Amino acid sequence: MIETTLENKTEIKSSMVPALATIRRAIWETDDTFTLLIDPPADGNAFAFKPGQFNMVYAFGVGESAISISSDPAKPNMLAHTIHRVGTVTSTLSKLKRGDMIGLRGPFGAGWPVEEAVGKDVCITAGGIGLAPLRPVIYSLVRQREKFGRIIILYGARSPLDLLYRVELEQWSKLPNTEVIVTVDRGDSSWKGHIGVVTNLFSYIKMDSRSTLVMVCGPEVMMKYTVEELQRRGLSQEQIYISMERNMKCGIGLCGHCQFGPKFICKDGPVFRLPEVHHLLDKKEI
Amino acid sequence: MQLQDLTESLHKHPFLSNMDDELLKTLTSCASNVVLPEGARLFGEGEDAKTFYLIRSGRVALEIQAGERGQIRIQTVGPGEVLGWSWLISPYRWHFDAYAVEQVHAFAIDATCLRTKCETDHHFGYEMLRRFSEVLERRLEATRLQLLDVYGSAATGGENY
Repeated sequence: MIETTLENKTEIKSSMVPALATIRRAIWETDDTFTLLIDPPADGNAFAFKPGQFNMVYAFGVGESAISISSDPAKPNMLAHTIHRVGTVTSTLSKLKRGDMIGLRGPFGAGWPVEEAVGKDVCITAGGIGLAPLRPVIYSLVRQREKFGRIIILYGARSPLDLLYRVELEQWSKLPNTEVIVTVDRGDSSWKGHIGVVTNLFSYIKMDSRSTLVMVCGPEVMMKYTVEELQRRGLSQEQIYISMERNMKCGIGLCGHCQFGPKFICKDGPVFRLPEVHHLLDKKEI
Repeated sequence: MQLQDLTESLHKHPFLSNMDDELLKTLTSCASNVVLPEGARLFGEGEDAKTFYLIRSGRVALEIQAGERGQIRIQTVGPGEVLGWSWLISPYRWHFDAYAVEQVHAFAIDATCLRTKCETDHHFGYEMLRRFSEVLERRLEATRLQLLDVYGSAATGGENY
């Protein structure tokens, strides 16, 4: 937890005060998932972010939710949050339209290791809305394409209608030395792609187990099986990063809501190198 | 394709990786190469399981008739994977319909031939059972994960969000 010394009291106070931001546009990605394009507050630089970081998004009078930033970090003049409508706050956010205001606090947390991936192959493995926090990584990799080896994007969703960013997936698949493989848990005869869990997709790629860095984001159980599959294929825990999720409130490690063993997801994570948290994944008491 | 070529090709399939040469020869005597056009029906639910396939390229969909819900596509099987294990377990009938989603290149293995080989050569039979057990374990694990519906709203929770 943060020690509340006199020196950091001002910083804490500013981290706890939402800044006003304006909705530029809302895009429905699926039946229950939408992306808010947001004009950041006047001091846009304050919202410059690293891939994998999140903001606390405040629906006035209702509450705040921790939402990953899904836009391009090189374009801080427009933030995007892709949001799954599951509860009161996100339902309220889903009704916002151009010109409406929200509160933003952030960006918070540790991001994905894009710099560490330089010179390596990168495997992005996402499940469901887990693709949203990884999209800024993909933008970063694509922007500096020559710095990285192969890019492999494996993505699993519930059904073809639940796939996020379909146009971009198509675009990324056409990039040199880049593979995009998508699977769904269930489909009908009109779906010509893969059907099965995302871990099956590793059967279809040849991955260099020594030089690949893997970033995984999705439901915890999906990440657990993915990690098992990766280790079965010879990757060490040091090559794997995962993004954890817990009930985040303050965003700066003060309140303790998101405690995960000795870690605070909001401050120490949400992105962790696997050895930091692997021993906690099977703990029912956490 | 010559028998020798077929043996070499089979050896490259992940399901048969590191298989002893003698055992592979036994398997080859029951195998043939097939090309199935897009839309081809490989087998149907309830039919005798006479052949199983080792997919080399392309993709096969498994479907089940689910009454009022119609025909549901439950799984696809792609390159490097095994299609069908009902040939191994009595009463040797398929549980699903299988269609080629795109053109498929595969090795077709005659199930009656293979069962006979397994009965007469228990070393070979054990090796086949061992390899199929791994496939079954992986399929069971994947099915359990699918059943969890991990991407559904109920699984996501988050009423506070």
